[in-house]
Amino acid sequence: MGDKTLTRMDLSEAVFREVGLSRNESAQLVESVLTHMSDALVRGETVKISSFGTFTVRSKAARVGRNPKTGEEVPISPRRVLSFRPSHLMKERVAAGNKR
Amino acid sequence: MIRSELIQKISEENPHLYQRDVERIVNTIFEEIISAMARGDRVELRGFGAFSVKKRDPRLGRNPRTGEAVQVDEKHVPFFKTGKLLRDRLNEE
Repeated sequence: MGDKTLTRMDLSEAVFREVGLSRNESAQLVESVLTHMSDALVRGETVKISSFGTFTVRSKAARVGRNPKTGEEVPISPRRVLSFRPSHLMKERVAAGNKR
Repeated sequence: MIRSELIQKISEENPHLYQRDVERIVNTIFEEIISAMARGDRVELRGFGAFSVKKRDPRLGRNPRTGEAVQVDEKHVPFFKTGKLLRDRLNEE
């Protein structure tokens, strides 16, 4: 079970099989879904896909970090990070599918 | 942004497609990602991020109300790591 890595190609192949558009157009649609989601996140919006999950942008304050190798203190600038919270459905299916 | 708004935007950009087909396309993409993870596979979308499955070891948990020890089985949980390009875009001026 499961050590394959899927890419955009596999997603466009699935779209191609499901809807019967050309492979080229299927690939473009996959790309535009990702672009719209990214653009919304960059604008600071939450992206909530029901029964999939929610992407949220969180702001982190500046803090003092430490280089773990040298012990040296380094300033970490304030930044925005993305967090993903999977839906219940996704959690259930992932748990059930990977159960031994 | 919610799923229906995403479908709306894609529909507007593709006036030659029926909205119900755009719905099927968008749903297929998300469904494919979940199915892959349910098989234990990873989905790597360069520039956006990667979906993978992490294993949580079995452990001895505790019922917070009674303090009683309970066995918690091994389980698998979805995980998302943001891609470099998106991470950088979130922080550019």
